[in-house]
Amino acid sequence: MNANYLDFEQPIAELEEKIRELRHVSSDNSLNLDEEIQRLEDKLRHRTEAIFSALSPWQVSQLARHPNRPYTLEYIPMVFERFQELHGDRLFGDDKAIVGGMAALDGRPVMIIGQQKGRDTREKVRRNFGMPRPEGYRKALRLMNMAARFRLPVVTFIDTPGAYPGVGAEERGQSEAIARNLAVMARLPVPIICTVIGEGGSGGALAIGVGDRTNMLQYSTYSVISPEGCASILWKSPEKAEVAADALGLTAERLLELKLIDKIIREPRGGAHRGPHEVAVRIKETISAQLDKLEAMETGDLLEQRYRRLMAYGDFELV
Amino acid sequence: MSWFQKLMPSRIRTEGAKSRKVPDGLWTKCKSCDAVLYRPELERSMHVCPKCSHHMSLTGRARLDAFLDDDGREELGRNLMPTDPLKFKDSRRYRERLSAAQKQSGENDALIVMQGTVLDLPVVACAFDFNFMAGSMGSVVGEKFMAAVNRCLDQELPLVCFTASGGARMQEGLFSLMQMAKTSAGLARMAEQGLPYISVLSHPTTGGVSASLGMLGDINIGEPGALIGFAGPRVIEQTVRERLPEGFQRSEFLVEKGAIDMIVDRREMRERISTLLDLMTGAGRVRGEALEITEIMAEQQPSPPAEGSEGDKVEPDSADTDTDSDSDSDASGRPAS
Repeated sequence: MNANYLDFEQPIAELEEKIRELRHVSSDNSLNLDEEIQRLEDKLRHRTEAIFSALSPWQVSQLARHPNRPYTLEYIPMVFERFQELHGDRLFGDDKAIVGGMAALDGRPVMIIGQQKGRDTREKVRRNFGMPRPEGYRKALRLMNMAARFRLPVVTFIDTPGAYPGVGAEERGQSEAIARNLAVMARLPVPIICTVIGEGGSGGALAIGVGDRTNMLQYSTYSVISPEGCASILWKSPEKAEVAADALGLTAERLLELKLIDKIIREPRGGAHRGPHEVAVRIKETISAQLDKLEAMETGDLLEQRYRRLMAYGDFELV
Repeated sequence: MSWFQKLMPSRIRTEGAKSRKVPDGLWTKCKSCDAVLYRPELERSMHVCPKCSHHMSLTGRARLDAFLDDDGREELGRNLMPTDPLKFKDSRRYRERLSAAQKQSGENDALIVMQGTVLDLPVVACAFDFNFMAGSMGSVVGEKFMAAVNRCLDQELPLVCFTASGGARMQEGLFSLMQMAKTSAGLARMAEQGLPYISVLSHPTTGGVSASLGMLGDINIGEPGALIGFAGPRVIEQTVRERLPEGFQRSEFLVEKGAIDMIVDRREMRERISTLLDLMTGAGRVRGEALEITEIMAEQQPSPPAEGSEGDKVEPDSADTDTDSDSDSDASGRPAS
C-alpha cells in the first residue's frame, strides 16, 4: 500500500512502481526494456482512464481530499503575480486556516482569499486542517471590505472540511462570523469569483463562497454536510459514507446539472495533483474571462444580478 | 408490581398504570422541575412553566399566535410546497419524511410567516417549527423567509424571526446550504433600507440557521436556557474530546460572550419587542419633525444680527470679557463686544 495513493488508485500505484523499476534496471544493465516499458505505460494509461472515467461520488470525495492535492498557496504563484499576504483580523488573531492578500492577475490587481490546509503533520496542525475559526472569517471580512475600498475584485479559493467546531470558536461567535460574511458578500460592490479547489464543506465553505460566479474543479466537492457526518446522522453509522456521498449530490457534475454552480474546471486524468500547472492555467483562464465580463458591468447592475442569482437558489412547488 | 402493592388486599388494589391515565393532554409534566401542570394554564403562560420558568418548545404557529395581536393577521407563503430535487433516500425516502411531517404538524414546511401587528405596531413575523424535521432549512424555508423580507421591503416594515432549528436540511443537499446565502442577502438588503430585524433565538438554534439569519439581527435576543451555537455540543465533544462545561452555548453564556443583546422571558416578549421596535422606528419620525423645526428656524434666520444687543443681556459674564486682555477676547467663544 502506498499512502500517497487512495484505495482505488492502488492499481495505478503498482503499475507506476513497476515502470520505475524497469527504468532503473534498464539504465543499470544497458538492457533494452523499452518495449516492455512501453507496454506497461499503455496499460497504465488505459487503467487510469478506466478508473477515472467512472468515479463514484465517494471516490471523488476522497480525491477532493487527496493528500497530494494542490492547496490555495500552491495555486496562487501559478495563477497570480506579486502576491502580498496580509495577516490578522485586527480583533483577536491570525487564523492560518484562511490566507489572503493582494496580487495581480495578468497585471490586474485582485484580492485573494482562500482556505489553506497543511501538507505535513506540523503544517496540518498549524493550519488546523483547513478548518477556520471566527478570526479567520473576520480576516476574510476585513480583506473583502478593503477590496471594496480599493475597487479590487475578490477571488476566493474554497478548500475546507468545514468551520472548526471547537470551544473557543463557539465562544468567539463562529455563527456570527459566518453569517456576517454571507450578508456582506451578497452586497460587496466589487466582483466576487469563488472557486472550489478541494473540499467545499458546508457553512464553513460558503462563508467565503457568496459571489457572482461559482466554479468547481472537476474532482472537488461542495456539500451541505460531509458524507461521514450525514451518514452518522441519517444512517446512524459513519460506514455508510459511501451511500451518503451518492445521495448528497456533491460532485461538480451533479451540481452543474442542478444549476447550483456555473462552471467546471477540468483536471488532468488522475486528478489535479498529477498536473497542477495545467490546472492553474485553466483556473487563470476561467477567472480572467469571468472578470472581464463582471468588471465591464456597472456596480448597480452587478449587485442586482448577484442578488437575483442568490434569490434563484431553491427548488419548490407553488400550489 | 411494587412491594407496597403486593401488601395491599387485592380488592383495594387498582390496575396500576392503566387507571392512572388521564384524558390526553390535560396535564403535562415540566421536564425541568417535574411539576405537574394543567394544560390550559400552561397555554396561557405560553408554555413557560409557571413553577420554574422553564421555556418549553412551541410550534411555529403557536409562537406567532402568542406574539401577534389577534386582529389583522395575514399568512404569507402558504402556497409553497417542498420538493425532492435529489430524490434523497436514507433509511426512509425524503418524500415520506416530508409527508409524515406535514401530516403530523399540519404545516407545509418548517417556517410560518405572518404579517400583523404587535401591540399595534405593524410587523412581519416568522417562526420556525422544530417539530417539522427539526426546523431544518431547505428551499421552502428560504423562500418563505424571503416572502417575509420582501413584504418588509415593499411596505417598509420591521421583521421579527423566532428560530428553532437544527440547521440546514441535509435531504436537499446544496440547495439547503444556499438558503443561508439567500436569506442573508435578503437581510443585507433590509439593512441597506434601514429596516429593523430582530432575531429571537429559541431552543435549540444551531448550524446553518444560527450561522445565517439567526445571528444577523440588529438585535439578537435569546430565550432563557436556549441552546444556541454553530456546532452542536456532541460534535464539539467529539472534536475536543472533553466534557463541555455546564451552560456552554446557552443563552446566558452567549450574552456573557457578547453574541446576543439580551435574554427575554417569553411572557414579556411582546412588550419588549414592541418597545425595541418603537425605539428603532420612532427615531425616523422624530428626526423628521426635528428637521421641520430647523427648516422653520432657517427661514427665520435673516433677522438675528439686529438682535445682537439682546444677546449681550443674557450673557451674564459679558462684563468679564470686557475686562479681559484684548488679545483673546473671542477665544472663549463668547461675543466679543
